[in-house]
Amino acid sequence: MTIELKKLTKRFGSLTAVDAIDLDVGDGEVLCLLGPSGCGKTTTLRMVAGLEYATEGDIYLQGARVNDLAPRDRNVAMSFQFYALYPSLSVAENLAFPLHADGLSRAEIEQRVKRISDTLQLDKILTRTPGQLAEGEKQRVAVGRSIIRDPQCFLFDEPLSRLDVQLREEMRGEIKEVLQDLSKPTVIVTHDQLEALTMADRIAVMRDGRIEQVDTPHNVFQSPENLFVAGFIGTPQMNLLPATLTGTNGHGTADFAIAGGQSMTIEVDPRIADLAQGANVTLGIRPRNLEISHDPAPDGISTKIDIVEPMGAETLAHLSDGQHDLRLVADWRVPLSEGDQVHTRFPPGATHVFTENEQVLRSAP
Amino acid sequence: MAELATDNLGTQGAARGGFGAWLLDPKRRGALLVTPAITILFVMNIFPLMWSFGLSFFNYKASSPRVPSFRGLSNYERVLTDDKTWERFQTTAVIVGSSVLLQLIVGFLLALMFAKAFPLRRIVLMLVLTPMMLSFVSVGVFFKLFYEPTFGIVSYVMNLFTTEKFVMLGSPAGAIAGIVIADAWMWSPFVMLLVLAGLVSVPKYLYEAAEIDRASSWRTFWTITFPYIKSLLLLAILFRTIETFKLFDIVYIITEGGPGSSTETIAVFLYRNAFQFFQTSRSAALAYIVLFIVIVLTNLYLYAVNRRAQEAN
Repeated sequence: MTIELKKLTKRFGSLTAVDAIDLDVGDGEVLCLLGPSGCGKTTTLRMVAGLEYATEGDIYLQGARVNDLAPRDRNVAMSFQFYALYPSLSVAENLAFPLHADGLSRAEIEQRVKRISDTLQLDKILTRTPGQLAEGEKQRVAVGRSIIRDPQCFLFDEPLSRLDVQLREEMRGEIKEVLQDLSKPTVIVTHDQLEALTMADRIAVMRDGRIEQVDTPHNVFQSPENLFVAGFIGTPQMNLLPATLTGTNGHGTADFAIAGGQSMTIEVDPRIADLAQGANVTLGIRPRNLEISHDPAPDGISTKIDIVEPMGAETLAHLSDGQHDLRLVADWRVPLSEGDQVHTRFPPGATHVFTENEQVLRSAP
Repeated sequence: MAELATDNLGTQGAARGGFGAWLLDPKRRGALLVTPAITILFVMNIFPLMWSFGLSFFNYKASSPRVPSFRGLSNYERVLTDDKTWERFQTTAVIVGSSVLLQLIVGFLLALMFAKAFPLRRIVLMLVLTPMMLSFVSVGVFFKLFYEPTFGIVSYVMNLFTTEKFVMLGSPAGAIAGIVIADAWMWSPFVMLLVLAGLVSVPKYLYEAAEIDRASSWRTFWTITFPYIKSLLLLAILFRTIETFKLFDIVYIITEGGPGSSTETIAVFLYRNAFQFFQTSRSAALAYIVLFIVIVLTNLYLYAVNRRAQEAN
C-alpha cells in the first residue's frame, strides 16, 4: 500500500467532515473519491496533501506516517479544482515551477518541460500566460504541472469540473491515458459518477464523511452495498420501490406487497429466505433492466405512462402506479405513448433487495 | 391646489403662464438644478484660475496700487533661472522621496501584518488607520509638540540616552527627518490599505499550490504575491508622490520652512512669495509650473489606473 488512511477524521468545530475512514491505494492504482458536495471527499484529499491537519487518525505515504509533515515535505503532486496556475508565469514557467525545489539543471528542466508539453500537446502555447488560455488548455497545464515531477502520489481535485461537456469527454480519455503511464498511487476527487466510472480502478463512494462502498467501477454499479450507493450511481437513477415481504417460495422467489394494494412475485437473492415475513424492504431495479408487457403478469405491477422522453437510441419513460414513480429505459423502437396502461416486469436476478437498515440483503451475521 | 400636487408641475404651470412656471419647464429644469453648482465652481475656481494664469504674464503685486504691465514670459524665465527655485525643488524632492519610501516600507509591513488574522485585528486596524483621518493641522501640531526641545516626548526619550539637550528641528537634516516622519506617520496607513487590498485578492489556492510545489517563500512572494500588488504599489507611489509634492500644512506648522530655508518645500516657498512678499505674478508663474508637474504626475497615475483596470479584465 502506498497511500494508507487509518481511522482518518477531520472535524471543523462541531462538524465532522470526515468520519474515521479507512482507505488504501496501491502503486499505479487510480482511486476516485466520489460523492455529493459536502461529503468530505475534498477534505480527505487535502489531508493527504497536508493542506488540512487530520483531527484524528493516521496517514501513511509509502509506509511512513506523514500526519505531521508540511505539504512540501510529503512530496505529493496535486492539481487543484481552479487549476491554480501562477498568473504571472508563462505556461513553460508554470510547468517548470515544481522542479525548482529539486535543484535541477536548466537543461534538465527544459528537457522535462518539453517531454510533458509533447505528451499533453502544450508545445504551441508554452509562451502564453494562463490569462490567454482556454479552459481546456489551463486544465492540461494544471495536469502537466502535477505530473512533471516524481512525487509519492498524485492527487487531483475535481480535475474536469470546469470544462464543458464535450471537452470533458475528450479530457477524460486523455487523463486516463496519462494516468496509465504513472506507476504511482493516484486519488481523484469528483462528484461526477461518469468521470469516476471511466477513469478509476476503484471507486470510494462517500456520504457525510463516511465511505459507503469501495470497489471496482463494475461492482459499485452492479452490486451496490446499500441504498445510498444504489441511488447515487447510475443514470437515470435506480428505481427504489418500498415493499413488504409476504412470502417466500424457495430458490429466491418471493412475494411482495406494494403500498397501494398491488403485489408481485419475483425472483431475487436466495437469502431472502432469511428475512421474516412482513419485513419492510426496498426493491431496487435499474431503469434499463425493467421490462414491460401489455398483458398482466405476476412478476410486476401495472402502471400508467406519465411522460415519455426520447433520448436518441433509447427512450426514457416515467411510469406511475398512483403512489410510486418508476423510470424505464427502453430501446427507441419500443412503442411507448403517454397515458397508456402498461405492466412492468422485474426479470429474475435484476432486482436488488435492501433491508430496513438500508443495507443490501446479506446472510444473517 | 390639486394641480401642484401632481408630478407634472412645470407643464401645468406653463399653461397658466408666469416666470416661475416658465423656469420650471422640464426642458430647462435640469439646467436650472446644476446652475448653482456651476456658478459657485466658476466664481470660486475657474475664474480665479484663469485670472491668475493671466496675472502670471504681468508684473502685478497685490500689495501695490501700481497698474500692472504686460511682461510676456519674463516671470517664467525669472522663476526658472532663480537658484532659489531649484533649491526648493531639491528640498521638496528629498522630502517626497524619503517620505514616500518610508510610507511604502511601513505601509507594506503593516499590510503584511494585517493580511493575517490575529486577535483584536479589527480594532488594531482601526487604530492604525486613524492618522489618515486627522487633519494636517492637528498632525502638524502633534509632531511640533513631540519634537519640542524642553518638554516634547522625543526629546525626553533621547535624554534618557544622552545628557545633551536634543533639538530635533535644530539641524537641517533633523528638521527634514522630523517632517518626513510626521508625513509618513500620517500616510503609511493609506499605502497599507492599497497593499492590503492587493494581498487579500490573491487566491488562497495559489499559495497552497506553491506549498505543494515546494516553492521557497522568496519565490512564492515574487511569483504569486508581488504580481498581485505591483500595480497597486505603483498607484500608491504615484498618489503619495502627487500629494507629498504639494505638502504645505505639516511643514508650515512644524518648521515654517526652517532652520534657514532647509525645509522650505515648493509649496511653502510659493506661499511665502505670494502672501508674505506679495510677488503675485511671479508666484502665479511658479504655481503654474507646479501645476504642470502635478498634471504630468496625475496622467501617469491615470495611466496606471487604466492599466490595472485592463489587467483586471
